[in-house]
Amino acid sequence: MLDTTAFDLRRYLQGNTHTIGVWITLIVLILFGLMRYDNFGGAYNISSFLNYNAMFIVIAVGMCFVILTGGIDLSVGSVAAFTSVVAAYLSPYGIQVALPGAVAAGLAIGAINAFFVVAMRIPPFIATLATMLGAKGGALVISGAQTISIDWGSNFTKLGMEKAFGVLPWTIVITAIMVVGLWIVLEKTSLGRTVLAVGGGEDASTMMGLSVIKAKVFVYVLSGGCAGMAGLFLASGFGAGQPLEGVGWELSAIASVVVGGTLLTGGLGSVPATVAGALLLGLVFNILNFENGRGVISLSAYWQMVIRGAFLFVVIVFQSRVAASGKKGVV
Amino acid sequence: MSAENKPMSSTQGDGLRRLSFDWKRISKNGGALALLVILAFNILVTPNFLHPQTLFVNISQVATIAIVAVGMTLVIATGGIDLSVGAVMALAGALAPLIFTSPFAQANPELGLALAIVVPVLVALVCGVFNGFMVSYLNVQPIVATLIFFISGRGIALVLTNGNLQTFTHPGFSYLGTGKVLGFPFQGYLVVVIAIIVWWLVNHSVFGRQLLAVGGNEKAAKLSGVPVKRVKIGAYVICAGLSGIAGLIVVAINSASDAARIGNLMELDAIAAAVVGGTLLQGGKAPIFGAILGAVIIQLVKYTLLANGVADEVALIAKAGIIIMAVYVQQARKE
Amino acid sequence: MTHLIEMSGICKAFAGVIALQDASLHVQPGEVHAIIGQNGAGKSTLIKILTGVYRKDGGRVMIGGQQTKISTPREAQDAGIATIYQELSLVPLRSVTENVMMGYEPRTRFGMIDWSAAHLKTQEILLRFGVDIDVRAQLGTYSTAIQQLVAIARAVSMKAQLVIMDEATSSLDDQEIDILFGVVRELKKEGVAVLYISHFLDELYQICDRVTIMRDGQTVGQHVIAETTKLGLISEMLGRDPEEIEAAGMTALGGQKAQPGEVLLEAEGIATKHGLKNVSMSVRKGEIVGLGGLLGSGRTEAARVLFGLDDLTNGKISYKTGPDRLNTPAQAIEAGVGFLTEDRKREGIIPHMSVRENMTLALLPRLKKMGRVDRKRETELVERFITSLGIKTAGMEQPIRELSGGNQQKVLLARWLALDPKILILDEPTRGVDVGAKFEIQSIIRDYVEKGLGVLLISSEFEELVEGADRIVVLQDGYSVTELQNPGVTEESLIAAIAHHHEKGAS
Repeated sequence: MLDTTAFDLRRYLQGNTHTIGVWITLIVLILFGLMRYDNFGGAYNISSFLNYNAMFIVIAVGMCFVILTGGIDLSVGSVAAFTSVVAAYLSPYGIQVALPGAVAAGLAIGAINAFFVVAMRIPPFIATLATMLGAKGGALVISGAQTISIDWGSNFTKLGMEKAFGVLPWTIVITAIMVVGLWIVLEKTSLGRTVLAVGGGEDASTMMGLSVIKAKVFVYVLSGGCAGMAGLFLASGFGAGQPLEGVGWELSAIASVVVGGTLLTGGLGSVPATVAGALLLGLVFNILNFENGRGVISLSAYWQMVIRGAFLFVVIVFQSRVAASGKKGVV
Repeated sequence: MSAENKPMSSTQGDGLRRLSFDWKRISKNGGALALLVILAFNILVTPNFLHPQTLFVNISQVATIAIVAVGMTLVIATGGIDLSVGAVMALAGALAPLIFTSPFAQANPELGLALAIVVPVLVALVCGVFNGFMVSYLNVQPIVATLIFFISGRGIALVLTNGNLQTFTHPGFSYLGTGKVLGFPFQGYLVVVIAIIVWWLVNHSVFGRQLLAVGGNEKAAKLSGVPVKRVKIGAYVICAGLSGIAGLIVVAINSASDAARIGNLMELDAIAAAVVGGTLLQGGKAPIFGAILGAVIIQLVKYTLLANGVADEVALIAKAGIIIMAVYVQQARKE
Repeated sequence: MTHLIEMSGICKAFAGVIALQDASLHVQPGEVHAIIGQNGAGKSTLIKILTGVYRKDGGRVMIGGQQTKISTPREAQDAGIATIYQELSLVPLRSVTENVMMGYEPRTRFGMIDWSAAHLKTQEILLRFGVDIDVRAQLGTYSTAIQQLVAIARAVSMKAQLVIMDEATSSLDDQEIDILFGVVRELKKEGVAVLYISHFLDELYQICDRVTIMRDGQTVGQHVIAETTKLGLISEMLGRDPEEIEAAGMTALGGQKAQPGEVLLEAEGIATKHGLKNVSMSVRKGEIVGLGGLLGSGRTEAARVLFGLDDLTNGKISYKTGPDRLNTPAQAIEAGVGFLTEDRKREGIIPHMSVRENMTLALLPRLKKMGRVDRKRETELVERFITSLGIKTAGMEQPIRELSGGNQQKVLLARWLALDPKILILDEPTRGVDVGAKFEIQSIIRDYVEKGLGVLLISSEFEELVEGADRIVVLQDGYSVTELQNPGVTEESLIAAIAHHHEKGAS
């Protein structure tokens, strides 16, 4: 009989070959950093690293869900910029208003995406491209193309500065809760499994009697909500709503998802590996900073774009090899 | 699955056919109609719209969008997409000043200028080969394959220039962006020449026919002996090459090269122009002059809004609306 | 007694084309019921109406004596009908457990999916079928047979009263079929009815209780299977007199030999990963060789391998006009081989393109003149073919999608004839075209054969094979089992050859 309770590492690894790469690379990079740089493992570096990358992690996880259905959401960067402005405007009323406000704004734009994709049957790529432009325009309009300073007197500032239970900044705690929550949704709920099934085969899912439409609406709205949360973090991290930020975030998010082993055609992927992917891409930048700090080399920040691209290339080639070995026949 | 059950047009009733015909006509000429409406609006409302200067400004601004849109149209015609156009523009645009300001080029001005134009375009072509290879041989989805250069292409450009704004005075090179022939901007002529060449390619060459066949029905094309992989690579190479040229023009217009900004969001403009011009996202159609028309419409909408005191940012929302409208009309026609 | 399923007077049309006309189906609880019929007889449409994929235009569906209005697959599932489709309706990327439990997962107290329970339950159901596999592994890593069984396990887990199996055995080997049949018997024992759709008649006698026969969208017969003969079933399926078939079968030998031209293509003992096990045949100049056999006998697979689309795992092919190994369609075309595919829409026409462009697609390399298409030669050629093949079109610039099926087919035929091929493989060249066009297409082919073309003709219509082919190679389950020579072949003798070999295969 199967041992169905104990966690079996070997079984996990066998079933998740596509995610092994990202974990190993992540561990190697962390070890490399720990051995090479004095302050790499210091509380300050860890905390500020996570604090800065929280918004990318949140966006990547939302993107992961969309990609799992075989779709894509290009609007996340603009949505984050938009909601950062919303958050800044709402900051005088305190975090209890700003947080739901920013997230709701994100959810609303996500709902628009869902409407375009599901009801109007516009390809996800084009639909979210349009909302990307729209949200960017919206952010610039409501902000007058200026950064909108947050209200430093309100409790909004606590989000980035005060530590929850005196340990970690609230940003990180919220991110962790979201990640774990969405992980559970994906792994342990019908909705999550439907998301995976839809990406694995939309027709088959319909035949199985699953609610394909519900799953699709869910992922786009979720992705919008995640972007909304990222916008909140952006506003708190920079002390201002940033209508011009968010350019290229969607691509970083897609890269994180892909590096995390999620198939771009959908149906296969995981939340933790996506987080690992996002951390990995962030770490490249972090290590580059440290390396420059040592003064041995001086690689500009621009190198991180090149390195990210190279990373993506390697992962994609690897993925395409894996995919090719599973298929046969030319026509 | 239910493909064989779709109605054949031959079995449709006459009334239905006529109805769909009219609808087709409207959506087919939607672009031209939109252009007329915008022009009429501008003539009536926008101050100084009929001034020649307005025309020149618009021509010089639309040129880069139009050139890239032509390339994008070819890629979309194969059923693909190229996100890397803006990054390739940045790469080419960053390379050119590096070359003509180098000591070697200073010593040999003519050769230097030639190299400054040829080398960046060659580099762009190489990017296209890479994109095409990823798509056709590694079977990577076009969005993802071109995402690689989207990210790293601009990175390379920034690394090369160390993120600095390169300003220069080089009348020879600047001619690309500021030169005038018979009073009209040089790049306007360039657009026309490129459009005619590519139009000829699509409509009269073997390559063009095969390109449309690949986009129209890849399986059928393959079974008819069409070299599908090579054709696809060809489309990406041409698109990248044209992006390279567009990058040079941008740099020439500004007499400055800022790798962080050249071609930013160009992929969106180019896709929008192609779609507005009637290119089907599923592939199989490459209306080159349609793409030019699309580029003109997008440029004019932007100009109209700006000239009438509407903020730049609202223009973005308008652009979003245009894209959704154009694709929705396409989808509706299909169903 | 009450029927479990009672469908009567079912009508369905797709865009004016009638697919079902007054079709009926009666399934009793706990029986294994077969539906047979030729392609296009309406079997799949009937099933899809029952399972809520299509909506019926008219008629009545009763389940357990109650009238129902099933309109989605989900509703059908909830009504106790589970379907295992020909094209597997599972998600290969997900685990076995998920595929079994999807949508009906066991929950923990907190409303979360209880994976341990789900794995256990799946494991348990599969073990009952004698299948012991890791249920956490991706479904796609298992063989098609296991996947079929997983689909059945899903049906069982949902407590289905009726399991529909559409061509369940078409991609299984003998051992796997045995396992599957074991499971079907197991289901029957538990009182679950099975609706079984198959082209393999032998199978029906092994596991089915009753059979419903469909032809041209209608139900033409329903029998207890033990009271039928294979010959009787085939004749009813085809609408022929069984005695004629029987009589012809007795005198099938003899006849004159066709005049042998030089051999253009010879296949010896070829086999592929999918479908072909041991097929030998040859095509000579100026003759039509027919490939006969029921669906799934390996006809299309043979065509694909001869055109260089699939790899050989065994055997040898030699072409008179080219290298013995063709790897791409371009090479095959170069070697003078053409292939008119079965699926006109998916593998033939380029819908947006004009008649002219569709016709000259394969010819483009030869129309090339300094990189451009030689429009003058192209136009002349297209004009010539439009006239000589009698293609009805408003002009060569009309998009091909606006043409009727028969005219589309003529354009595709012209695509290959324009290449002046030595060998032309025709896979169902007249399927879905009207009678007039069919006759024209056949006579065009005949004309070219008289001029020296070698044709390999695949057809599900025995009439076409018998009247058109000089020789007929009969395929069965991936083997070439016999060869009939014309003149002398009659439709009945061909059917008899197919049927007799079926009898032999069963013994």
